Amino acid sequence: MAEAAIATAPAPRLSLDRLWIAPPLLVLATLFFYPLGLIVRASLGEEAPSLATFEQVLRSSQFLDALYRTIVIAVSSTAGCLILGFVLSLVIAFVPFPGAKMAGRLIDTVIALPTFLVTLAFTFIYGSAGLLNETLMHVFSLELPPVDFLYSQWGVILAETTVYTPFIMRPLLATFSTFDQAQIEVASSLGARPLRIVRQVILPAALPALLAGGSLCLLLTVNEFGIVLFIGAKDVITLPLMIYGKAIQEFDYTTACVIAVVNIVLSLGLYSVYRLAISHFGGRRAGVV
Amino acid sequence: MERTPFIKRNPASTQAAAVSDGSRIGFENVSVTYGALTVLHSFTLTVNPGEIVALIGPSGSGKTTALRAVAGFVRPSSGRILIGDRDVTNLAPYDRKIGMVVQNYALFPHMRVDENVAFGLRAHGASEDLIRSRVPECLSMVGMSAYAKRYPRELSGGQQQRVAIARALAPRPQVLLLDEPLSALDAQIRRSMLDELAKLHRDLPNLTVLYVTHDQSEALTLANHIGIMRDGRLQAFGDSKALFRHPPNRFAAEFLGRANLLPVSGLKPADEGMAQVRFGGIALSARNHHGLADGSDCLICIRPHDFRFSRSAAEPNSVSGTVLSVQWQGDVHNITLNIGGEALRMSCPPMTNPPGLGETVSVHFNPAEVTLVPEDGARG
Repeated sequence: MAEAAIATAPAPRLSLDRLWIAPPLLVLATLFFYPLGLIVRASLGEEAPSLATFEQVLRSSQFLDALYRTIVIAVSSTAGCLILGFVLSLVIAFVPFPGAKMAGRLIDTVIALPTFLVTLAFTFIYGSAGLLNETLMHVFSLELPPVDFLYSQWGVILAETTVYTPFIMRPLLATFSTFDQAQIEVASSLGARPLRIVRQVILPAALPALLAGGSLCLLLTVNEFGIVLFIGAKDVITLPLMIYGKAIQEFDYTTACVIAVVNIVLSLGLYSVYRLAISHFGGRRAGVV
Repeated sequence: MERTPFIKRNPASTQAAAVSDGSRIGFENVSVTYGALTVLHSFTLTVNPGEIVALIGPSGSGKTTALRAVAGFVRPSSGRILIGDRDVTNLAPYDRKIGMVVQNYALFPHMRVDENVAFGLRAHGASEDLIRSRVPECLSMVGMSAYAKRYPRELSGGQQQRVAIARALAPRPQVLLLDEPLSALDAQIRRSMLDELAKLHRDLPNLTVLYVTHDQSEALTLANHIGIMRDGRLQAFGDSKALFRHPPNRFAAEFLGRANLLPVSGLKPADEGMAQVRFGGIALSARNHHGLADGSDCLICIRPHDFRFSRSAAEPNSVSGTVLSVQWQGDVHNITLNIGGEALRMSCPPMTNPPGLGETVSVHFNPAEVTLVPEDGARG
């Protein structure tokens, strides 16, 4: 009986309906996976594949310093973005003031601007010949500009915080726009002061949005190139800047590709942590998404 | 440091003393304006300790604004709000010692039921020992002990509202503000919750409650006194039964109980607070509860259930008209009659042979059960 059933079962046929997936896969393979494969291949040396360059690069103090700086700058900037973004979003969403809606809309505009623009603006304000230094030198009759943080790691962190804070604010403002204001009023009637309400009522509701925005910020700041290059801070070498230096200035493509692979692994690792976090906090505990 | 606000360990001894003078709600000429728009006009009202006062009125009448002013979410442009002897007009909501329940429950979704109930206690710095004893007590009060470890999303609407009530009562507030608490529930659960609210107040007789609703049946079921509002003004206020039986004006009569109001004239006083009036050519008797002047034109207020079918048009206090509609609603028949050009509603127990459309019928009423109402010129 079973044999008969097997004998009469129709042979599996390739369904034409599934062919729709072929064109996007082809585009993805051509534009993304193939170049990525080339980078990975190049990182293994020009002739027989070897991990020798990996070992050499991963042990170099220059690379370790760049990796450390990349992580410090990315984590600090993201922390700055989270704090600034949360506070600004709270004010825009919950503190009524004229122009709050306009301020909310401006967030989108800031996201649309190129990153170097903020850096350029910072140069005009905080740079050696910028507005702040010129004013201070004029007022206090100083010979040298007193404010010089811009050309350091802190300048990069400040610029990245300014550029990427809107990426935190956008999901936060979306969350706050659907937040039940009655929860705040009831909490207040129960004797909770503003800080407790923010901590125990608003923050848990904002957690998924903070995680989403924060993870995006972390990914973007780990890979940020333009701001670091534009500021030109002395001794601030991050992984993307190191890749640029090795590939374009030193023509050392193998080392550049090794660092690029590390950068990719770092980004994918961060993305995995983000997915894990969002499924844990966002779905189960926050009860919001 | 543990603060001791309005949470008392021994409710029987301390709360009664505190509530007797500390739980009165007073509005003294309270006005609320938004720009050029005044939404509450010189509102004056007192809710005595242990009373339930319902504020009812149509949308935009100012009833919720009045409640929010007590809660501290609306700042009056003039006047004073008192809770007990304290002027709370300029106090922040968290300093007012109130409990509040809103229409959509507003439970904190990330907290379990017991954590929701403990929120107010923690906000007031209550000790963990007190929280451990008070939370089960409050959950038991509303029959939710078995649901302490659930999240709000795991509860039905009625259960969520019970938790919201337990949460509001946990810190032993002096006054409880209920803002349309049953509006989001379906009819059956609403009736059951009404019974439970009434029982809750019997268990907590010292609790002063300000109850805002647009549902007159909720107000009549629960409240000792009812305030009827329109356009930011208090149109009528009084004992629930008295207000229903003897509404002071047209709006109160129409809003509370959908009374029939027939225009009458030629008021003549009679014995025992009664008066005679004329509706067209027909002489009718009614209570002159509001002492309307002799000869004045006014309205006779007859509730739909006060009508009875007459055997003949010659019976005293009888009017005749044609049947416009007949609706059977299970336990009641609602009939609309055209009497002298006025549409008149009557409701009576279900009939086996209700009158047919267009049929001429006579109905009468007991004059002691109807009242004369001054014509205030405004139709609701």
